[in-house]
Amino acid sequence: MLEGFVQQLVNGITLGAIYGLIAIGYTMVFGIIGMVNFAHGDVFMVSTFVALIALVILTSWLGMSSIFLVLLIVLIVAMLLTALLSWGIERVAYRPLRGSFRLAPLISAIGMSIFLANFVQVTQGPRPKSIPPMVQNGIVLLERDGYQVMLSYRQLIIWLVTALALAIFWYVVAKTSLGRAQRACEQDPKMASLLGINVDRTISITFVIGAALAGVAGTMYLMYYGVISFNDGFVPGIKAFTAAVLGGIGSLPGAVIGGLLIGLIETFWSAYFSTDYKDVAAFSILAIVLIFLPQGLLGRPEVEKV
Amino acid sequence: MSVGADTGDKILPGAETKRGVDVKRGLRNALITGLVTFGILLPLIGFQTTVNIRNELILDTRPWLLAVMVALVIAFSLITSFVIAPWAQHRAARKSESTSLKAAARRAAFAKYVVPFALGFAFLFPVFSIQFAGWQGAVKWIDNFGIQILIYIMLGWGLNIVVGLAGLLDLGYVAFYAVGAYSYALLSQTFGFSFWLLLPLAGILAAFWGILLGFPVLRLRGDYLAIVTLAFGEIIRLVLINWVDVTGGYAGISSIPRPTFFGIPFTANEDGFAAIFGLEFSPLYRTIFLYYVILCLALLTLFVTMRLRRLPIGRAWEALREDEIACRALGINTTSTKLSAFAIGAMFAGFAGSFFAARQGFISPESFTFVESAMIVAIVVLGGMGSALGVAIAAIFMIGGTEYLRELDLLKAVFGSEFDPTQYRMLLFGGAMVLIMIWKPRGLISTREPTAFLHERKMIAAKFVKEGRG
Repeated sequence: MLEGFVQQLVNGITLGAIYGLIAIGYTMVFGIIGMVNFAHGDVFMVSTFVALIALVILTSWLGMSSIFLVLLIVLIVAMLLTALLSWGIERVAYRPLRGSFRLAPLISAIGMSIFLANFVQVTQGPRPKSIPPMVQNGIVLLERDGYQVMLSYRQLIIWLVTALALAIFWYVVAKTSLGRAQRACEQDPKMASLLGINVDRTISITFVIGAALAGVAGTMYLMYYGVISFNDGFVPGIKAFTAAVLGGIGSLPGAVIGGLLIGLIETFWSAYFSTDYKDVAAFSILAIVLIFLPQGLLGRPEVEKV
Repeated sequence: MSVGADTGDKILPGAETKRGVDVKRGLRNALITGLVTFGILLPLIGFQTTVNIRNELILDTRPWLLAVMVALVIAFSLITSFVIAPWAQHRAARKSESTSLKAAARRAAFAKYVVPFALGFAFLFPVFSIQFAGWQGAVKWIDNFGIQILIYIMLGWGLNIVVGLAGLLDLGYVAFYAVGAYSYALLSQTFGFSFWLLLPLAGILAAFWGILLGFPVLRLRGDYLAIVTLAFGEIIRLVLINWVDVTGGYAGISSIPRPTFFGIPFTANEDGFAAIFGLEFSPLYRTIFLYYVILCLALLTLFVTMRLRRLPIGRAWEALREDEIACRALGINTTSTKLSAFAIGAMFAGFAGSFFAARQGFISPESFTFVESAMIVAIVVLGGMGSALGVAIAAIFMIGGTEYLRELDLLKAVFGSEFDPTQYRMLLFGGAMVLIMIWKPRGLISTREPTAFLHERKMIAAKFVKEGRG
């Protein structure tokens, strides 16, 4: 059964790449303001709709036929508009609550999550939207006894785009002054502001970067599955959050590793145990990790001080 | 002013604006807001994807709706910077520490009169409904408004024990509600037990689940606790969906026995309630009976909570909420304190759940989604955590308000007859959650009356209470 295993591995990595991209948004925001950005999953869902609309405009209105170009423009549009949305959300729903009591931003984020899901339901209709597959065929990795292990072009595109997005993201965080400011605020916001860093702006940028990556994930999700719905934000959001926690919340490589692990676990669980209970598996992992390994794989343990 | 309780934006540069209206800045803000709104709404409102006859996706455009939305947001931004902000500044400048305490005392006096009045109104509500809406129309008012709101008030008061008193944010509270509902449905169908026997049993089962799920999360606090409880809630719901043999899966359980009036069923038969008391049969009797049952259950919740607050266990809960480390240092057993809060909170959810199943006659996992949990948490937090009156007010506004949307024919006149206000229910609910949090982060009633005091009872202003650190 090596073929089946390799095929599931390929599928799992693809799913994991999408989760990893979303997880970065959770982990960055938690790292910098210590808040679970509950609406992030729904921001991702909005990005799938933005990508869908951009795609329909490009293909059926403007009649563009080059898949590569269409995908590139859709990706950029989704990233930009999702980033703008997240920036707006931060300004409206989270910034006024900074310095308020600890649960206020979480409640506000839950409200925002409900709002976004229902906003899309009201404006775009409750029925799932489906598109014909954009990219077909693939590369045969392995063939034995008539069983083919396929790496479809869709999956290949997801791998490449994710790798590229992560490389750019890593460069921004590790090498630019913006990333340095971001890391400084993460360690000590008060000290950073004394050193002349605009903390508010840095937090906004954190939201924008996280949302742009969610926009990449949204475009990839649309291309991969071809079916999206207004309530697709909640469960992928929770799974990505699980990934962020599993990798160690606040740790950026942790989010990617956690995403891949969650993707693999989900795929293998569905393949070898039961598809019905695959979400139960994800939620159980979340609970188990938070209870027994709250610092995650790569995170630092939180020290409780009086 | 207080130390360390300052909000973050006061420290930051730029927030210290000069008094009066800054016209240029207001206009610039409005412009930026308008542009951002345009960008965000362009894909979602400007275009709508629909499926045509050949099952292809096509786009409809809605430029006018988009323009109206953007114009509204710009107008709102202008009003905020030119009317609301100067007014708020003016008020903040006049208000000092002592007056806010005085205002709190005034509010407390107000609360003293409001409670008996509200109780009287709650008891007479069915009479008023029949008086004003007539024999036929009253069913809707008592059922959709009275019973519905009271269920949420009860759930809010139950969750208030966990969130408001013990400071443990529970996002999976609806799981215990589900346990209560399914316990009643399954046990009454399988063994034919009556509602009054199963009501305490459902509560005990839910409390048992509260301990079971509370045990693993004892070490967690704050956001992590919230997320784990959310995960547990979802797991229970997914099990209810997938364990088809027992729970019926998505289809749920139907024809659940309805409660009886001490053994007398509310039917049109000879031995029914109406026939025995020599009345004309009407479904209203059952509704009124259910109304008083839930009213009593809700008041029981409130009464137990209020008494518990005065017991050592209640004091321990509040101490735990304020400072867990200090609690441990004082020798309070945090394990049993937390578990008791989970168990008692869950028990009331179990009562409410079994009432819900008996009232509906039909339950399915659809009624126990995360959104439901979020609604209950929202009611508790928006009402002001720990404040029973605040929770009741929040439930009336949030549940009653969204229910009232159904009644608004005015909206139909404005937006055309196809306009269906109910689909905006959750949209408004989510929006209201965000807005109320921004407006009053500590909820509607944020002052506290301590249960233990020296010489005289004093109100405590919100900023001195370290609520909900989790």
